[in-house]
Amino acid sequence: MDTRHNTAHAAAWREHEKRAHSSSGIHHHHSHAPASQHGEGHHLLQVENLSIGFNRYEPQAGLMARKSRVDVIHALNIAVHRGELLALVGASGAGKTLLANTLLGRFEPNACVEGCIWFDGQLQSQKTLAQLRGRCISLVPQSVLALDPLMKVGRQLAGGGRRAGVRGRDSRARTEKQCSLFEHYGLGEAVAGLYPFELSGGMARRVLLCTALMDDPELIIADEPTPGLDLELAVRATGDLRAFVDRGGSVLLITHDIELALRVADRVAVFQGGTVIEETAVENFASPATLRQPFTRALWHALPEHDFAVMPGEQGPALPDEAPEYRNARDRATHAEPAPVLPVDDEEG
Amino acid sequence: MLLRRPDSPSALNGLALPVLHRPRRERASNRSHTLLVFGLAALLLTTLVISGRAVNELAMLTDFTQKNLGPGLEHWFGTDWMGRDMFLRTLAGLSLSVLVGLLAASASAGIALLLGTVAALGGRKLDTAITWLIDLMLGIPHIVLLVLISFALGKGFWGVTIGVAVTHWPTLARVIRAEILQVKQAPYVEVARKLGASRLALAAKHMLPFVFPQFLVGLVLLFPHAILHEAALTFLGFGLAPEQPAIGIILSESMSYLSAGYWWLAVFPGVALVATVLLFDLAGSSLRRLIDPHTAQE
Amino acid sequence: MASFLLRNILKFLLLLLATSVLVFVLVSISPLDPVQMNVDQAAYLTMSPEKKAQLAEYWGTNTPLWERYAHWFGDFLRGDLGTSLRFNAPVADVIALRFFNSLALMIVAWILSGVLGFALGIGAAVKRGGFVDRIIKGYCLILAATPAFWLGLVLLIIFSVTLGWFPVGFSVPIGVSSADLTPFDSLRHLILPAATLSVVGVANIALHTREKALDTRESEFFQFAEARGLSTWQAMRQHGLRNLLLPALTLQFAQVAELFGGSVLVEQVFSYPGLGSAAVTAGLGGDAALLAAIALISAALVFLGNLIANILYGVIDPRLRRGRHARAKKDRAGAEDAPS
Repeated sequence: MDTRHNTAHAAAWREHEKRAHSSSGIHHHHSHAPASQHGEGHHLLQVENLSIGFNRYEPQAGLMARKSRVDVIHALNIAVHRGELLALVGASGAGKTLLANTLLGRFEPNACVEGCIWFDGQLQSQKTLAQLRGRCISLVPQSVLALDPLMKVGRQLAGGGRRAGVRGRDSRARTEKQCSLFEHYGLGEAVAGLYPFELSGGMARRVLLCTALMDDPELIIADEPTPGLDLELAVRATGDLRAFVDRGGSVLLITHDIELALRVADRVAVFQGGTVIEETAVENFASPATLRQPFTRALWHALPEHDFAVMPGEQGPALPDEAPEYRNARDRATHAEPAPVLPVDDEEG
Repeated sequence: MLLRRPDSPSALNGLALPVLHRPRRERASNRSHTLLVFGLAALLLTTLVISGRAVNELAMLTDFTQKNLGPGLEHWFGTDWMGRDMFLRTLAGLSLSVLVGLLAASASAGIALLLGTVAALGGRKLDTAITWLIDLMLGIPHIVLLVLISFALGKGFWGVTIGVAVTHWPTLARVIRAEILQVKQAPYVEVARKLGASRLALAAKHMLPFVFPQFLVGLVLLFPHAILHEAALTFLGFGLAPEQPAIGIILSESMSYLSAGYWWLAVFPGVALVATVLLFDLAGSSLRRLIDPHTAQE
Repeated sequence: MASFLLRNILKFLLLLLATSVLVFVLVSISPLDPVQMNVDQAAYLTMSPEKKAQLAEYWGTNTPLWERYAHWFGDFLRGDLGTSLRFNAPVADVIALRFFNSLALMIVAWILSGVLGFALGIGAAVKRGGFVDRIIKGYCLILAATPAFWLGLVLLIIFSVTLGWFPVGFSVPIGVSSADLTPFDSLRHLILPAATLSVVGVANIALHTREKALDTRESEFFQFAEARGLSTWQAMRQHGLRNLLLPALTLQFAQVAELFGGSVLVEQVFSYPGLGSAAVTAGLGGDAALLAAIALISAALVFLGNLIANILYGVIDPRLRRGRHARAKKDRAGAEDAPS
């Protein structure tokens, strides 16, 4: 990578960060929530102009066709402040997980990724992002499928992680840490001796959170941490994340559920068409007047507690095809039917 | 779609974005390249077979003034104890082995298609029976079964051809069975069934075209196996008769001359056999890349 | 678990029975008549009249096929496998002598090819798409296209003829009885055939392990391990290997058929006194009783390999092993599972 180029970037950024960020008006294309803090004058995580593209064949192309580039994420901007929970809301399969992986420095081999990612004021490269993961940035995955099916969860937490391979004192320290975390989250000692498939839904979620907390991260990225739960249960299940934020941590919560986002987040970033079209405080969802994008306003109207009427002028082309969740939310409201809830055993103890 | 960024630092605007990750440089592995590879492999193999048949008589020509010569400009692969040119013998032997292999593999693929289809569509009992037969066939080591069948048929050309044909179908039959079972559930087949299409018409019109790419690829990938097994069986003495210039015969005869140091009798024909088998592998895998929907994006 | 075992063993026996029918029919319908082909063999000339009668009864055409099969199989179960015409000894003795030779050869090759193939497969998968991966893949593809017997010939040329490190064929030098053979001699005779057989076996297990390891790298738990900060090697060591060992071991057990097939060819090239070369001698010499017995034993070995492979799944994977107790355990742990 061109270091001179990076230096120029960094210099420009430092210049910029000297400006006062106290106003709650829009800066960096987002607005602030009361919890958002600019510790040391910058965001904890700042993504600027990120694009992720793939080269692939057109579906209908003939045998002799050449590959063409398709951008899954395009010119995306997002910022996470210290001490806030930012929810990234978007349709399933729209590239949110791709974004999460990118923030962890994990790229698809055939992907082309461009843009700036800043963490704690430092411009990151692929290498430095890889160093951050499991140290400053931790991931809370979606389900127990993310755990090794053949290893007991206790050993998995204590053994895995950045300091893997070290023996003796360090590994004993990790085991102790794992025990105290389990105790704090009400997971009995027996849980450490279970295999992932033996965990119940609620236990699994807390074990997964503990995997992230093992490494004392500053930022937790939670990728759809409440699959299959209905709204009330999902809100309760994200309580642990909220507690982490209240202790001064930051969370990027990735979800497809706008209602959940509005209930638990400080700010919401609306992900649509491969980019973040609006990043705003939850308070701004109080009225459509404070929302700047037609799509977001359409989203507001579609919420069950509002008129849930589809605004003819605003919906039109703005409600896209690839956002079935939004339509589901609307349908749910119109038909006054609860969303299908997957059976989850002994939820939350 | 792009938002205006009112207060983004102006210094950033003039600069290109840093690249975080670039795809690994693509090694010309696009489809036209694959097509070219397939075409070349097919062309080479055709040339091999035709030229091998053409030099069949020449390959038998003995010249006792030229016997046991090492490889050189005049005789690329050397000559044997009867002064026969090993290059010509290898060429003739390979083409014979390839032809036997093609015949046996095609017959085997035919059996696989038939049994795979019957297992998938013929109801529960037939399915169990055929699955069980597959297990049985896979249970006896190929070579041993080949020896047995060849023994049962009194050795010779038909022994080895039928042996290879009868032993190589199970894997492909499994694939075809699985594919048909899958397509059986497809909505368009369901619709056709509701519209009153007969079982036979369903199979012929809606299912076989679907499994055809898999079948074709499976057939081509059977060739190398068939050729190798023919060569092995002939090498052991159960296959083609010693008068025929098959590659297995050449290698088997070379064993008597190893201690004499005539290494070229074994090395070159073997290398040629490996190269031929690799060409078939290459043709098969590039064909798969071209027409198999599972890998078409690669 | 018990019913799972029982079902597998039952299937094993049934397949073996069917194999015996198949083998007997194939050997019987052969136009190569064992008596005709061996009238001048010492074994036939010195045979007792009742043995001659048994031979004619098994393989002749006077009695119906199924009746001959019943007799043959009945005797087989009682341990009387008939007389080998080519080796001039009871088939059981011939097999007993050669079985352990073949077993030694196959076990060495089995372990070598398994370990080497597994290591190569893992290495290729970790270095996916890189130089090492391409080398390993290419090496395996070439190996898969290489006939075992030819590789044996090449190794013979290099190590025996040119370098003179190993004997050229004939496990026992002429003029030395097999009783005088030291273990060191046997070992010297074992090295080249075992090397040939393992080199050929490597390709399959390496390519298979590579595929499985690539799948594992794509799996959620592996991706998550990397996301927690483990390098690909660390993640592979901690989480990959234990998940890959079982499929590899299963494949290796299921590969006994290939191994036996390879051993037939390799034994023939190196004149190694095992079951494979005996089968070839029997087949070429019309020694029906010996051929049938060896075919049946090879099938039994293969089915045994498959049986072990099947059972391994049940024993090693905790999802199967602890599945039954999981429910109760979860309930017990669940009692302590209170929200924080």
